[in-house]
Amino acid sequence: MAASATSWATRRGIGWWALAFWIFMLVLPLMGSAFPSESFDYYMFMGQSMMVYAIAVLGLNLLTGFNGQISLGHGAFFALGAYTAAILMIDFGWPYWATIPVVAIVCFGAGFLFGFPALKLESHYLALATFTLAIAVPQLLKHKSIAGWTGGVSGLVLEKPDPPFGLPISPDQFLFYFCLLMAMILFWAAFNLLRGRSGRAMMAIRDHGMAAGTMGIDTSLYKTITFGISALYTGIAGALSAITVAYVAPDSFALPLSIAFLVGLVVGGIGSLPGCLIGGAFLVLVQNWSQSLSDVLKETFSLQYDVPSWAIYGVLLLLLMYVMPTGIAGGVLRLRGAIAGRLRRVETVRSKPLVLQSEGEKH
Amino acid sequence: MLSVRGVTVRFGGVVALDAVSFDVFPGQIAGLIGPNGAGKTTLFNCLSRLYQPSAGEILFQGQSVLATPRHRIASIGIGRTFQNVALFDRLTVLENVMVGRHCQTHSSFAANALRLAGVVAEQAGAQARAMELIEFMGLEDFTHWPSGGLPFPIRKRVELARALAAKPKLLLLDEPAAGLNHDEVHVLEAQIRRVRDTQDVTVLLVEHHMSLVMSVSDKVITVNFGRKIADGTPEEVRRDPEVIRAYLGTAA
Repeated sequence: MAASATSWATRRGIGWWALAFWIFMLVLPLMGSAFPSESFDYYMFMGQSMMVYAIAVLGLNLLTGFNGQISLGHGAFFALGAYTAAILMIDFGWPYWATIPVVAIVCFGAGFLFGFPALKLESHYLALATFTLAIAVPQLLKHKSIAGWTGGVSGLVLEKPDPPFGLPISPDQFLFYFCLLMAMILFWAAFNLLRGRSGRAMMAIRDHGMAAGTMGIDTSLYKTITFGISALYTGIAGALSAITVAYVAPDSFALPLSIAFLVGLVVGGIGSLPGCLIGGAFLVLVQNWSQSLSDVLKETFSLQYDVPSWAIYGVLLLLLMYVMPTGIAGGVLRLRGAIAGRLRRVETVRSKPLVLQSEGEKH
Repeated sequence: MLSVRGVTVRFGGVVALDAVSFDVFPGQIAGLIGPNGAGKTTLFNCLSRLYQPSAGEILFQGQSVLATPRHRIASIGIGRTFQNVALFDRLTVLENVMVGRHCQTHSSFAANALRLAGVVAEQAGAQARAMELIEFMGLEDFTHWPSGGLPFPIRKRVELARALAAKPKLLLLDEPAAGLNHDEVHVLEAQIRRVRDTQDVTVLLVEHHMSLVMSVSDKVITVNFGRKIADGTPEEVRRDPEVIRAYLGTAA
């Protein structure tokens, strides 16, 4: 069983580790000015992608990790967010930042509505239903009747925004800050949600739906709202992706994207907030690393053919799941617990006599 | 306080409850007994709206229970525990008990996400009340433990504390003594009395443990094959020939 007792209910602040992390992120883009380099803008772009994925994974985590509803189709909400932002910017000339609240509303609505049929479906069936969403959405986006808006197969090309107020930073540095700001707001809100009444109700439904109902939780309402919030998070991630990549196309939102969110969720840690950040970083890094690892392998063993990077990705995933079955966040926690000798303490508490607290009153 | 009138439940062709009627009065501890399959838990599930009776009416403080949606049952004042203990396993003991405060608190998703001032106060109140109940049930040592890994008797107490957190007027206990050893049953008996006396609740319990039911109850209702066969003080019920027949069988 879980060795360390982590209680959401009694968390006061965000903790030193989290504070250190966000400060580090704030300082990171400034390094570029200190050590100017050709590839720095590329690193900044990688950082943006990591945060985009982290927010998307957080959305899925709220649904799956904290509410127990599975989704294999979150790429659809990501796409909805991305296209909503892109269309508002191109056809209505909205500034990039103004699209975010609209995306939030649209995706919340879509998720909330999808939450109703989801109520009737348990685990595997819900997985299958959301799976269809992931398959259908890219096809729908290509459909002729809306190609005027969505750009059909070729998608939409956007303009990368310039830093406002003549700030002396590059567009990628600026977008890094923009993504960081959104990530901070969204993680803060999720953190608050989880340690409050609503989050407890969400987790109670996950652990025992019927008992949650008898505690006065309107389980149907909470599940649909959670679906909406989850879609809102993933949709905003989609909008940020559209803004930072400056391009949307239907095929980038196909099934592999939905699966990638699930991989990020499981690798980072189901039911863990830092896990979402780890998962987001993992998704970006593994794409880069498996390619370079493939090149290294080819050179070292002087192979005739390329080692497919997807194979390396698979092996990596397999190893990771074998070593850390509860994700990286869970693995780190366990390691910390072992070091702090918590595992030993579990044994001592368990072996104490357990009954008879109120024995005194009996006699 | 609670008035069950002619409640009938059918599952397909099986009649699980056949026009059962009884009353529970404020401040009473009422025991519901009967052989296995007599329909006791079925009745409980009607009271907490998990099953819909095909006929009959249940009134709680003059209000129709059957016209109240399931998630409103807690807030009108009916709480319960489950036969095989239904805790939120991945939440800590404190969080479990705090979930019990759900129907007594009202902050919304948005207010929670933004952690408005009201939310902080409400949370502090819920936590204080939960701590009181944890102390009341003697669970202080386990406050921050995930409830899933705790031993069965402890889990039963957590469940009782969680039910009390909702501030019920009527508490339904489904086999509270099941799985407890002799000493633990004695502790439980004291706890049930203490709960009634200090928490201002009326108790209806389903139980197989006869000596517990007979010693703790003010009145005992007996059902067999879905019908009520006796209703009275423990003394009366103990002597009732129908009850004796139900439990010991008839001479061939």
